[in-house]
Amino acid sequence: MQKVYSKIESIVGNVITVRAKGVSNSELAIVTSNNTQGYANVIKLDDDLVSLQVFSGGQGVSTGDQVRFLGVPMRVSYTENLMGRVFDGTGSPRDNGPSLTDNMIDIGGPSVNPAKRIIPRNMIRTGIPMIDVFNTLVESQKLPIFSVSGEPYNQLLARIAMQAEVDLIVLGGMGLKYDDYLFFKDTLENSGAMSRTIMFIHTASDPTVECMLVPDMALAVAERFAQDGKKVLVLLSDMTNFADAMKEMAITMDQVPSNRGYPGDLYSSLASRYEKAVDFEGAGSLTILAVTTMPGDDVTHPVPDNTGYITEGQYYLKGGRIEPFGSLSRLKQQVNKDTRDDHRALMDGMIKLYASYKESLEKKSMGFMMTEWDDKLLKYGRLFEEKLMDLSVNIPLEEALDLGWEILSDCFDPNETGLKSDLILSRWPKKMID
Amino acid sequence: MANTSGRVLGVNGNMVTVEFDSAIAKNEVGYIHVGDDRLKGEVIRINGNTAALQVFEMTGGIKVGDSVEFTSEMLSVALGPGLLQQIYDGLQNPLPELAQQCGFFLQRGVYLDAIPNNNWEFTPVAKVGDTLRPGDTFGTVPEGLFTHQIMIPFNLADVDWKITSINEKGTYGVRDHICTVEDPKGNKKELSMIFTWPVKKAIKLYEERLRPDETLVTKIRIIDTFLPVAKGGTYCTPGPFGAGKTVLQHMTSRNADVDIVIIAACGERAGEVVEVLKEFPELTDPKTGRSLMERTIIICNTSSMPVASREASVYTAVTMAEYYRQMGLNVLLLADSTSRWAQAMREMSGRLEEIPGEEAFPAYLESRIAEFYERAGKVRLKDGRIGSVTIGGTVSPAGGNFEEPVTQATLKVVGAFHGLSRERSDARKYPAIHPLTSWSKYEGIIKKDKVEFARQILLRGNEINQMMKVVGEEGTSVDDYIIYQKSELIDAFYLQQNSFDPVDASVPVERQRHTFDILFKVLASEFNLEDKKSVRSFFNTLRQKFLDWNNVEWESERFKQLETEIETLFMGKQSGVDPDAKKLI
Repeated sequence: MQKVYSKIESIVGNVITVRAKGVSNSELAIVTSNNTQGYANVIKLDDDLVSLQVFSGGQGVSTGDQVRFLGVPMRVSYTENLMGRVFDGTGSPRDNGPSLTDNMIDIGGPSVNPAKRIIPRNMIRTGIPMIDVFNTLVESQKLPIFSVSGEPYNQLLARIAMQAEVDLIVLGGMGLKYDDYLFFKDTLENSGAMSRTIMFIHTASDPTVECMLVPDMALAVAERFAQDGKKVLVLLSDMTNFADAMKEMAITMDQVPSNRGYPGDLYSSLASRYEKAVDFEGAGSLTILAVTTMPGDDVTHPVPDNTGYITEGQYYLKGGRIEPFGSLSRLKQQVNKDTRDDHRALMDGMIKLYASYKESLEKKSMGFMMTEWDDKLLKYGRLFEEKLMDLSVNIPLEEALDLGWEILSDCFDPNETGLKSDLILSRWPKKMID
Repeated sequence: MANTSGRVLGVNGNMVTVEFDSAIAKNEVGYIHVGDDRLKGEVIRINGNTAALQVFEMTGGIKVGDSVEFTSEMLSVALGPGLLQQIYDGLQNPLPELAQQCGFFLQRGVYLDAIPNNNWEFTPVAKVGDTLRPGDTFGTVPEGLFTHQIMIPFNLADVDWKITSINEKGTYGVRDHICTVEDPKGNKKELSMIFTWPVKKAIKLYEERLRPDETLVTKIRIIDTFLPVAKGGTYCTPGPFGAGKTVLQHMTSRNADVDIVIIAACGERAGEVVEVLKEFPELTDPKTGRSLMERTIIICNTSSMPVASREASVYTAVTMAEYYRQMGLNVLLLADSTSRWAQAMREMSGRLEEIPGEEAFPAYLESRIAEFYERAGKVRLKDGRIGSVTIGGTVSPAGGNFEEPVTQATLKVVGAFHGLSRERSDARKYPAIHPLTSWSKYEGIIKKDKVEFARQILLRGNEINQMMKVVGEEGTSVDDYIIYQKSELIDAFYLQQNSFDPVDASVPVERQRHTFDILFKVLASEFNLEDKKSVRSFFNTLRQKFLDWNNVEWESERFKQLETEIETLFMGKQSGVDPDAKKLI
């Protein structure tokens, strides 16, 4: 019973305007060209002038095209059949599977009532010591991975997807290189993790508007699975591309830019996505890990800067490793008191020694004399980087802690570590004394 | 008079343009009918017969032609007994009740009564025939720790109202009609314990504003001693992310020496509010022995909740603060973060297509910020009692750079500036308030000259430290090195404070004065130390003792013992006393 409108008034960038009546804000529409069909949604109403963003882009849209309004907002199917599937930003299949239309749910839904939230309490084990030991990931946490182009952030995400102890992974790719998309797909398929993964992928060559939809699609699905008791981990890469897509749209819509061309609602838009992270009392949880590449390695760039104010800490991925300095999990205190009695002390002690190692390294590079203590630190730093910081290391937390003690005992005498005596007594590896 | 109605003309984000048929006022509230939902909005611009409404909800689904009903009331909050302990959103919707009704998610278009339907023990203090003015008390009810004054509504005309009937002492519902008043023309008004007040209008029913001259004790050393806040004053806390703004505000909200604390979580993480929500009922207020929650109101409009109600939330909070001030109470309002509030204004201004100012903030940013902070103040009420509203706002400057518009506009109007530094938080020196760039215009708990003497040492110590980075330790004289060590001692022992240590987390005034005096003696001393090695080892030992001292209970045996040890230690090396400092001791 829907009316078809065929008078497109203007086409600017990815935004078309059409004269129509009875249209509601955020409504979905189908734009039909000669033989092709594409979706669009309403972003602005001005009397009978309706602005729509066309998901597949404005290219090739003609003034004679037909617009049919569907009377519903953007939706995504929510069923068990999503598992193991790959979709694009509009929810159409990217793999060769059938398209899903059952049980459609709205995307970008309302926020969780703060009074219903609970204090996070469960750790997510990833098998990566730099995360598990030093900056523990906690269920319902939202954490960005700050990185720069060229760093193996997608490799890191893939490792986490394979290793993390969760029920379901939802991967949202924004502006991914096609190679990276294939890399994710192959890695997850080969490791057998694909069956518990749902992917929403926008590649760099796909239309910009779809890029903006990916986080909402991924999070809407994840949120429902979490409500149904699943422990869900959402991986997003790369949020900077999402922000850039927003910038592009905002400028097309003649919005006044605020900082480096980004729209004034950058903070709110990022926050409404990240704040989807939640632990539902009596049901599942939703945790978000999102790559944010910093243009020019500049953390004060609007995207990482706004992100930092929203998220609960950050991981810095630099030189192929998660940096122990600067990286921070604000929620780790909630869980690392209950893991093992030596966890906190060892974490602090090892980082302090690693900081001293860095100083010795600097001294060495400046040509200063190395003392015996410096040599010990240099050995320690080398072992630390090799055995714990390397991203390919995959060991459970307990083993990682034991390994930590072993590294310490290989390099230092007990009283040099600055750790408490009773811990040393119980945990210091008993070695053959020569 | 029938209220004005209208119909939707256009939608752009959270701004809706509406065509209306008769008179409407700016800042009037209107409801848009979308299906069965009624979405609240506020008129922010009128042009001919079209008005722009900023809508406090998500605008999906609104159609051109949807009907709009105007209320002829400005955006208001309900004031009355029962506000304390509540958790509201920016529009004074009680969140726990909302959760009961709607479950996990915030459903749009649901507006509940802000003040719970409780019964209160009412005692009249006025009698039939008395004439009162708005703001005058006609009865009281006990609300937790306080005597809650039931006042003639502030929104009545400022004339003499004669009481024609008033209920006897007894228990009444908060919405029951308990009193009738009559104006000189014979118009009658029925009063209950609740009335409303428009949030964007300051409550000015006091005799005069006083100078904020009494220190508001926060039990945080660096603040009370070096950068004090005053009751009725204002201060701001800018800092980059991760510098500990929120932790500092939480510490303040627990320990501040005031009657009521209002926390406005404005556009920040929901998780942080949850910590307050879950922890406060468990914590006891050392002053009263009651739960901290009993003196707290939380206004919570976190970052993912609608932007327009974020803008309203700080006004909602300050209006409640002013209401309790009218009862002669001292109220502290903590707003975290005012930058998010400013950003909400920026978003709206962008949609209105106003000409942008610096960083696209609207041109009226400064005046709005000034207006907000000016609602703080210590006042003498008409009956002689004194009340105060103190406002502390955090600022989240983009990139941690204080040169941006919100920080600068705020600095112009506040009385104290607690700038957090990334450098200090990276070095795990908490609270990360920078002692040299921050300032305060208020009176602290310790004599100014003494504090200034210590500050000079911090300044000199910082200079010497900078110099040492260039010329090395060997290029520094022993005297300079001692000053440097003294400044490090102030920092480690006095400026830093461990919020996780049960003793160190809150330091009462007496203890601050006492320990500062001992510290001052060290700072005033000239020492008999030959070389830098002995200086270093002397100060290391001294610092260790001082640090241990911080963690032992006030006036315990161990406390006195350590004090003696410290005195013996530094007196042993003392060779004289700085003449300037001698005058101060």
